[in-house]
This record gives sequence, C-alpha cells and structure tokens, in this order.
Amino acid sequence: MSDTHAQSVPFVRDTMLPQATPPLTAQGPVKWVRESLFSSIPYTILTLAALYLIYVLLSGFLPWLLGGVWTTSNIRECREVLDGAPGGCFSVLSERWNQLLFGIAYPRDGYWRPTLAFILLFVAVSPVLFSFVPRKLLFLTALYPFIAFWLIWGGSLMVPLAALLSVVAGYLVYSKLVKNNFAVGFFAGIATALVVWILSGFITPSLSGVLALEAVDSRNMGGFMLNMILGVICVSLSLPLGILLALGRQSSLPIIKLICVVFIEFIRGVPLITLLFVANVVLAYFLPPGTNFDLILRVIIMITMFAAAYIAEVIRGGLAALPRGQYEGAESLGLDYAQSMRLIILPQALKISIPGIVNVAVGLFKDTTLVSIISMFDLVGMIRGPILASTDWNGVYWELWGFAALLFFVVCYGISQYSQWLERQLQTDHH
Amino acid sequence: MNKSVFFGALTVAGVLAGASVAATLDDVKARGNLNCGVATGLAGFAAPNSNGEWEGFDVAVCRAVAAAIFNDPQAVEFIPTTGKTRFTALASGEIDFLARNTTWTFSRDVDLKFDFVGVNYYDGQGFMVPKALGVSSAKELDGATVCIQTGTTTELNLADYFRNNNISYEPVPVETNAEGQQQYLAGACDTYTTDASGLAATRATFENPGDHVILPEIISKEPLGPLVRHGDNDWGDLTRWVLNALIAAEELGVTSANVEEMASNATNPEIARLLGTEGTLGEMLGLEADWAKNAIAAEGNYGEIFAKNIGEETPIGLSRGLNAQWTDGGLLYAPPVR
Repeated sequence: MSDTHAQSVPFVRDTMLPQATPPLTAQGPVKWVRESLFSSIPYTILTLAALYLIYVLLSGFLPWLLGGVWTTSNIRECREVLDGAPGGCFSVLSERWNQLLFGIAYPRDGYWRPTLAFILLFVAVSPVLFSFVPRKLLFLTALYPFIAFWLIWGGSLMVPLAALLSVVAGYLVYSKLVKNNFAVGFFAGIATALVVWILSGFITPSLSGVLALEAVDSRNMGGFMLNMILGVICVSLSLPLGILLALGRQSSLPIIKLICVVFIEFIRGVPLITLLFVANVVLAYFLPPGTNFDLILRVIIMITMFAAAYIAEVIRGGLAALPRGQYEGAESLGLDYAQSMRLIILPQALKISIPGIVNVAVGLFKDTTLVSIISMFDLVGMIRGPILASTDWNGVYWELWGFAALLFFVVCYGISQYSQWLERQLQTDHH
Repeated sequence: MNKSVFFGALTVAGVLAGASVAATLDDVKARGNLNCGVATGLAGFAAPNSNGEWEGFDVAVCRAVAAAIFNDPQAVEFIPTTGKTRFTALASGEIDFLARNTTWTFSRDVDLKFDFVGVNYYDGQGFMVPKALGVSSAKELDGATVCIQTGTTTELNLADYFRNNNISYEPVPVETNAEGQQQYLAGACDTYTTDASGLAATRATFENPGDHVILPEIISKEPLGPLVRHGDNDWGDLTRWVLNALIAAEELGVTSANVEEMASNATNPEIARLLGTEGTLGEMLGLEADWAKNAIAAEGNYGEIFAKNIGEETPIGLSRGLNAQWTDGGLLYAPPVR
C-alpha cells in the first residue's frame, strides 16, 4: 500500500488497547437500576409509584414501631405517655410476655421446663432433618418424647420411664419376630408394650415422688407453648399415620383398602373445627361423668387424624407419580412388599411429596389456633380472651396481633425454607 | 330402628349422667374445689390479670360460693367457656356452676334444663353515638346506619324496637364486639348497639371516651345470672342463697371490712341469722354456720363487688342504675334471710 502515508491517514493505532471497565451506566448497581427499574416509561411510573407506596407505609410504620412504649402498665398510661404522638403500646407485650408464651396457669417458677424442652427439640430433630449431624444423636431423638413429656407435664420421671421401657420391650419382641413374619412381629410387639405398660402401672404410683417435677394439668397449658405442643406432636404423629393410610389405600386387600378410603374421605369431608367441637363438647356427653379424658389428648387425636388424612392424599400423589417400572423393578429384584416399599418406592415417593407435606404441616401448625374457639388459651385464645378483655389492655389490637403474626411467620417461614433446602439436597437429576 | 336405638342409648346415658351428678355439693367437697365456668374474657366481668388470677364481677360470685363451702375463696378452678361451649360444659358436668353473664330466658331455663339461681346484673340493650351527631334519644335515629352483631338477640330487639316506633334504619352487620368497635370508630355506622354494659366497657377503651354518649333508651331486658343444672335442688338452693346473701349484706350494711365485727356483736337479728351467730341456716344448706360470713369476707357484699369491678371508679364506669338496691329505686331485692 504505497499510497498510504501520513497525510491521508490521520491516526493509526499500532498497539492493542488494554481492556477497559464498562462505563458506569452499564455495570453494577447503576445498570441494575436502569435495566430493572427504569427501562421504559411504564416501568419508571411503576417504580416511582412503588417507591411512594413504600415511603408511605414506612413513614407510618417506623415511627409507630420505634416510638412505641414498652414500660407502662395499662393502655391509659400508654396514651398519656404518647400524648398523641404516633407509637405502639408495646407494653402489653412486655407485661403479658409470659402469658403470651405459656398461658395463664403454668407455674411461674417452671417456665424453664417448656423452654428447655423447646431447646432440646432442635437438638432432637436435627439428626432427622440434617444428614451431616452425627447419627449418634438419633439416640436423643428417640428419648426426646419422654423427656419432653416429663419436662412439660411434670410428675414423676418414673411414668415416662415406664412408657419408654414398654416401647423398648415391644421393639425387642418385634425385632425378634419380624424376621419370620411382619404381621406377627408387629402385633406381638404392640401386645408386649401394652402388657409392660399395664404392669408398670402397678409400680409407678408408689414411686410418684421419685425425681418428680411439679405436675401441671393439661388444662393449664397455654400460649404459644400450646401451639408448639400441638403442632410438633400432631405433625410428627400424622406423618407415619399418613404414610400407612396412603399405602393402605393402595393395598390389594379389600378390607384394608375400604377402611383407609372411608377414613380419609370422611375426615377430609369434615371441617377441622367440627372435629374439635366433637372432641370438646360431644364426647363429654358420651363419656361417663367424672371421666377425665384429657382435653389436649382429645384435641391431639382429632388434629392428627385430620392432618393424616391430608398427608395420606399427598403421599398417594407421590406414589402415583412413580413410574410403574419402579414397582416392577423392585419385584424383579426379589424384594418382598415391606422391603420394596422401604428401599425403593417410599424414598422416591416421599421426595416427590415433600412440598405437599410441608404445605400440610404449615397449614396444620396454623390450624392449631382453632383451639381458641373451644375455649383453650393458645396464643390466639390468650389474645382474644384474657388480654383483650382485661380493662388494662382492651383496645390494643395491632401490637398483639402483629406479635402473633410474627411468631407464626418465623416458624412457618423456617419450615418452608428447610423444605426448599431439602429438595435441593435430594436432587438427583443433573440440570 | 337404628335411630331409636341410638336415641335410647343417649337417653340412658343422660339419665345415668343425671343420677350420678345429683349430689353436686358432695362432689365439690370431695374434689376440694369448685369448678366454675366463666367467660374466656369479658372486660370487668371475667378476665385473668397479669399474674394469671381471675378477676371480675362474675368471678367474684364464683369466689363467694367457694368461700361459703370451703372458707377459701381460692378454692375455685375457673374453666373458661365460650358462648358456644358454656351450656354443654354445664350439662355434661364439667363445671358445677356457670357465671358467665348469661341472659335468663324462658327456653334456657325450661328447654335446656338449667336453673337460674338469680340475677346478678340487670342489663339491657342500648345505643352509643358520637357526641358530634347531636342525638339525645334513640327515637331521633331515623334513617341512621346501625352497627349490629349478627345472630344475636340484639339484632331481633333492634328490629322490634324500630318497627314499634315506626322509624327506619340501615343495619351494618358485624361479627364480633371488636369488629363493631372498629367499624363504629371508623365511621361506618352512626350508632353502635349492644348490651349497655358492653357499650360502657367498649367506650372506656376509646382514646377519647368523652366524645361518645350512651343514649338513655334501653330497648330490651337482659337479666344476667349464674345458673346450675336442673335436678339438684340442694345445690341450686346453696348457690341461690350465696347470691342472696351478698345482696342482703349490702342492704343490711355488712361489708367485707366490718363483717367480723358485725358477727361478734350483731344486734340486728337478721344480721345475726345471716352471719350464723343465731339460727341454723348454714346447717340447712349443708354448710358451716358462718357460710355467709365467709362469702361476704371473700370479695365483699354485692355493692363492693360492683364498685370494685365495674363501678363508676373503674375504667368501665357503670352506674348502679337498675342494679341498685330496691331501697334505692333499683331491682335488687333479696328475700328475707329467715
């Protein structure tokens, strides 16, 4: 190119430019803001409207939250202190804190007991929920129901110990006999446990002072503790029951199938509150007068049956979603029914069912507040009844219901986050 | 066929239940405490305080009965009941005595098989309006919007009253008292109507109670009283006379402060009979001679209980009105203690 000379080409780059960072408007937060918030005129309008809405909400909410009063002893003092300034009357939470958590009648010097049971709950469920926790802790999980019962209800340690003994005896018999025949082992195990429990009934009353905590009646349970008790017990009982019902519904034995179908369809066709009324009111007419069939126990049975029916249907969905080949594959390996279910079918079916099960569990936990309608003082019952009815706090709504919503949100959000984590853990396909 | 067997079984169960709970006083004494049904929470009438101790107007009646039996006002197990569970709790024997601001009506007394042992509060349905509305009588409420709890007797009373007086209104149905309170404060209705005691309690919780007035008209009769099961007249007598003793004590000037002194040197023969220094009234009830003295010492006489829980000095601020002694122009009239 002999024509090329300095006059005709003003500038020739002879080196590579170093890589430059993108301009400020095309990177980082600025880019994000431009692209996601102000990319077009309608988006800009929506963004501004949303910002204004957030501002309005926060400008109302923050002064209320931060300017709140925590130390007065009734709503009139609250109003005096605030003197027209915006601010919540959070004194009700600090004054009635123990009642909100433990109800009105739990012994005050025993608050550490349900608290300890609550902390132990996390230790006990951790090996079930997280695979990286040492397996040895499962030992504690097995013991937990008995420890928690003793801590919360009190009485002699001998009673839960006797229950533990009968369960262990039943399990030993079961594991001896199950090799020959599952049904024989199962029923013999239950029979042994019952016999041991009845026999121990002759001994424990005489030891009622041994390692005894102050006994607390079920009637005196209340507050968020009651919601937790009902939620934890009912979820953990309804899961195995639901699995059995789901398997029973697919059984080839007509009688088992019929029982399961009738049970599930009946329970699902009846509102929970009706069952609770039956537990509270109608049963009292049929039982002989003076029978003290614990109210919490009645409620636990009803909620568990209710949740089990729903979980059974969720799991049936999981079972139905498995390809037929999985069942046939299990059979072709020569596994019997119990083995094929335990090793092949259920692990897959349960994995598919996790979102549904969690959905039921979260719903169930919130449904425990329905017991307030049958005059039990759970968290909602405490607020609706004693606290809002006292002349000191009548009229404090937002603070109390906000607190209740917060407690339930923490628990339910925790459950749902765990289930999402679990789904990621169990992912076996390669996306 | 199946149905009749079922109802037959039900009847047998009912008869057995009735027979075995007949001697309520014996059961209560054996148990060592009174099972008393109260509201799950009603301002001034029954609510646990921050220490978990029950307080209120109805609660005081329970404590008086317990004091009459055990000389211990704390020997009560309070069983919270809702409007829906109260009657079954009493009928099934879960509670011995129901003091839950329950209106004495024909069907509850006769059809539901209960015995009302008296009236501890004469209530009636009233109206609350904002002062700014400038209304001084319910008859001026022509065309007003009225917040009214659905499914209650107040709804029917309201319709009757307005039809009788030939005035029109527009109902705004609400579900609970709390909702009614909110709707009324938000201006969704011109007036809120429910029992007058409830109106007073509601108004007491307002930020500016002075801006609202309760109209003078009371348009229904709501005699609230404690009740027991049909069929155990001894128990009914006992509870009836504990309530009467509280009312009579006020009339006779016996208070929780002077009851000891009155008992030791009573000059009035009626006071002496009441407090057990004369006669055998306690024995007739199956109680100690000083039953009424203990009942009065527990929470005071009727007037003291009223003043302490719902009277004008309390935030609820109810005046005695119909609940004054007959000597003061009210309806309280205890039969002679003789």
